[in-house]
Amino acid sequence: MNAPDTDILPESAAGDTPYIGRPVQRVEDLRLLRGLGRYADDVALPGMLHAAMLRSSVAHARLRGIDATAARAMPGVHAVITAAEIAGAPGRSVPTVPLRLQPLPCLEPYRQPVIVQDRIRHVGEVLAIVVADTLALAEDALEAIELDLETLPAVADWRSSSEDRTLLFDGTTTNCGVTFTAKRGDAAAAFAAAAHVQRERFMVQRQAPVTMEARGVVADWDAANGRLVVYGAAKVPFFNRHASAQMLGMPDSAVDFIEGDTGGSFGARGEFYVEDFLVPFAARHVGRAVKWISDRREDLMTMAQSRECEAEVEMAFAADGTILGVRGTAWCDLGAYPRTNGMIQPRNIPHFLSNTYRIEAVQIDSHVQFTNKGPAGTYRAPGRAETVMFCERLIELGAKAMGLDPVEVRRRNLVTAADMPWHFASVSPSAPESSGLSEADSGDYRASFERCLAEFDWQGKLALQGKVIDGRHHGIGIACFIEGGAAGPRENAKIELARDGSVTLYVGSTSVGQGLETSLGQIAADALGIPMSALTLLHGSTTYLHEGFGSYHSRSTVMGGSAIIDAAGKFKQALREAAATYLECLPEQVVLAGTEARSPRGRSLSFAELAKHETIQVDGTFSNHHHTWAYGAAAAHVAVDARTGHVSLVDYLVVEDVGRAINPLLLRGQLIGGTVQGLGGAFLEEMVYDTEGQMLTGTLADYLLPTAPDFPRLRAVITEDYPSPINPIGAKGAGEGGTIVAPAVIVNAIANALGEYGLNPTSLPLSPSRLWQMVEDARRARATA
Amino acid sequence: MKPPQFDYAAPATLPEALALLAHPDGDARPLAGGQSLMPVLAFRLASPRLLVDLRRIEGMDRIDIDAQGVRMGAKVRWCDIERDARLRTALPPLAEAIGHVAHYQIRNRGTVGGSLAHADPAAELPGIAVACDATIEVASVRGTRNIAAADFFQGALATALEPDELVTAISFPAWPAGRASAFEELARRHGDFAMAGTAVWFDLDAAGRAHNTHIGVIGASDRPRRLTAAEAKLDGQVVDARSIGEAACAAAGACDPADDLHASAAYRRNLVGVLVERALARALAGTRGGLAAAGSTVNRSGESH
Repeated sequence: MNAPDTDILPESAAGDTPYIGRPVQRVEDLRLLRGLGRYADDVALPGMLHAAMLRSSVAHARLRGIDATAARAMPGVHAVITAAEIAGAPGRSVPTVPLRLQPLPCLEPYRQPVIVQDRIRHVGEVLAIVVADTLALAEDALEAIELDLETLPAVADWRSSSEDRTLLFDGTTTNCGVTFTAKRGDAAAAFAAAAHVQRERFMVQRQAPVTMEARGVVADWDAANGRLVVYGAAKVPFFNRHASAQMLGMPDSAVDFIEGDTGGSFGARGEFYVEDFLVPFAARHVGRAVKWISDRREDLMTMAQSRECEAEVEMAFAADGTILGVRGTAWCDLGAYPRTNGMIQPRNIPHFLSNTYRIEAVQIDSHVQFTNKGPAGTYRAPGRAETVMFCERLIELGAKAMGLDPVEVRRRNLVTAADMPWHFASVSPSAPESSGLSEADSGDYRASFERCLAEFDWQGKLALQGKVIDGRHHGIGIACFIEGGAAGPRENAKIELARDGSVTLYVGSTSVGQGLETSLGQIAADALGIPMSALTLLHGSTTYLHEGFGSYHSRSTVMGGSAIIDAAGKFKQALREAAATYLECLPEQVVLAGTEARSPRGRSLSFAELAKHETIQVDGTFSNHHHTWAYGAAAAHVAVDARTGHVSLVDYLVVEDVGRAINPLLLRGQLIGGTVQGLGGAFLEEMVYDTEGQMLTGTLADYLLPTAPDFPRLRAVITEDYPSPINPIGAKGAGEGGTIVAPAVIVNAIANALGEYGLNPTSLPLSPSRLWQMVEDARRARATA
Repeated sequence: MKPPQFDYAAPATLPEALALLAHPDGDARPLAGGQSLMPVLAFRLASPRLLVDLRRIEGMDRIDIDAQGVRMGAKVRWCDIERDARLRTALPPLAEAIGHVAHYQIRNRGTVGGSLAHADPAAELPGIAVACDATIEVASVRGTRNIAAADFFQGALATALEPDELVTAISFPAWPAGRASAFEELARRHGDFAMAGTAVWFDLDAAGRAHNTHIGVIGASDRPRRLTAAEAKLDGQVVDARSIGEAACAAAGACDPADDLHASAAYRRNLVGVLVERALARALAGTRGGLAAAGSTVNRSGESH
């Protein structure tokens, strides 16, 4: 798709052309580009102090003592807070971080203390908080705190974790927190009947979600009223408010979490982190406002990392290429603690190994292993990017081993509209609120695959497969994906007609930089039949609604948007009823046209006039216990310099069916941006820890993110063939698809480019050094053969 | 990420700056663009007592080009080099390498003197300095001295500078027209420090034989250096695929890279060979192109010697 022409806040009301489906430019940008955004670090309060965290420089140790006497005596230092101050009394334990998704009872012993009380389990774990007049003084004081540590052997990878020689948690007998099992049909029978079994071992590296804005918390304590206001919320403010209030021993109603502008999430920013408790605690402790802004090194150490796993999986094929089953084992290195959402990756890997294919038999175990690394959580496309790579690589290898065309094998096995509703394998254990069952809502995965082949000109480009042109090996690769979205249980919205005639919409969805004000504004303007400019949209903060859920699992547009539709219907009914009195007609006779109510006899009343008499406030909600399933396919053309391992991406195309595109401009941005993120994981990004659990990638010179010039040729095609039947908009959550599929496409394309060496890339990232080494090894193996 | 406390001075003249740098406790550091020093301070890896900001000192930001060659003051920034079209003929390897140096924002602040004094083994300018026989001018209250680039760089982040000395300029010998040269590097991303890079040049005689061959490498050792074993394979030889191949092979064998996060030592050694081969081939092709384009090139080349 070419870059669409864009509308900048078109004035026409929905009566003429609906906003939904139009490439409306982001209403956020004018504010943000002029420097008028309000991020956490922009919050400045009277008398505000600054906090710095003393973080562990060792991965595993007993904390025998901590002496902050000298630090407390330094000029400008107001407090040094350690576990002793937080526990309140000897023998009491500090609070631990709750699990938000999949809160399984078996994980209780592994929960993260908000501050180190007796045992350090990863580099970067908080030992003390210094509160001082300036950040520089606070950091000076960090150097004056004395620690008495007894270092313990570090458990630095899943393998040593699984040996259980060093147990990381007292009172447990294993470092394996839980094992998720995905099951469907009879895998043993499927494999017994197979004409060919393809078995591979895969490794995916640890990655860091790097948001442009680092985390930050500003807490303001109102001693007179016993209230806390906390700035810097993102993603899930209501959950975090509740968690923080509980730990502080305060009612939820005495704590507000305020969402400002947020510079990115990638699934990680805005989850509950220990600082969401520590900074409010510090503010109450010193009786002043306290600001803490994470620096880049802290964020790299402590923001939920993800994707590190190893898997041994196999796929059973019938002689005609029908995939009979998949089975295997995955081991996920989750780092030191289960995060609020930490179970999603290890759970998704077995759940979605069958990807878009009609695979009747599935049997996969996925082990959650704790180690002395940064705690892992979700990173956009959690578990999915990994498992799609496993699946698509196995198909490619299996097809070739059987002398079949991998494209034909995919065609034969892709789920089509006739297979709907398609059930994925069920996963256990599952927390009570989640059934462990997933069912695709609608779609035709083969149609999307065919569209990708056609748009990419797969047939035309096949002539290049494995060819060497100007010293570069050319190859093309393809892969499919599904993307779950729209997680429940519900989302809320409120619409108000205020006394001044303004219409304000409040939603529980949060903006983490994805253009929520624009996409939800479009939905609301259509639903209300008024211009977008006549509407103010406010989101996220806990002051607006009694309950909200936030932005994760590609849910905010579908869930927030559907709640808006419900609220808008009620709002229009309320308007009709209020206006009928003044228009002297029946409510059902009132016609709403833009920001006016009209009677059959031609009388009219503007919202502004109506508001002088009556204000209106309605609440809407949308509940959903099923997910939406966007899907698609992507193809890549690479040219590999086998002598240097350098890969250039000649062409890349992703097709995604989203049911209904609210804003193709924003959606395309999500697809392209997501693709770049996935390519970063395929080629560049790697969080490296050594055998002592030391983090070696503590700066952005070491942890390599993709930058603008790296992948300039990306194309995205959006289709709307199968609207979702489970929400009033028909939209499917679509923020992660580009990320999910990119590594799978790239490994297949590179393997095809270097086919003459029999290269089989099964671990990421494919850095030039590693790729060259693989070619060298293949050359040597051939020379000795 | 706040630096430890330090004193700050911004003297107006070089002698004043040198006097401040000569403080007896030897703990003053000069500050120009701050692109290396400020991160070091933010990570609290260094805690100098005094920063001597050079921003008010005039006359250190010029690029002078004359018959003697190119002389750049220590405060010349990457963007100044990038914009100076004269350098494309006065010092082609530098003009070619500059596009690889960091990013737009850094090029607006980073300076020649800062890069030389920081002495990152993978930085471009130190590599060009060594490959092109540059002389580095340094000053202190004790006087000035000129140090050959080959002697200036002593290891990773280590130079021949005394604690009170300041880099004031770098000068390169005159560059004759017609000289063959090329710069090649490969980094993980555009603007990153090179995994390895090379600047090569040679003069061709009428019979097509190379003379005065220089092959400098970065990222392949603890400091930028020339690979004399590789140069010897080309000097006096007709430059063709065979002699280029031998020189490249010698280059790979002569460097002593280390493993790091971004590449293995074995990979870097291989990369040096590949890049030297490609640079030599491109240098040769450039000369042929020049000869084909203008028959007078050889004569002009002769005049400028």
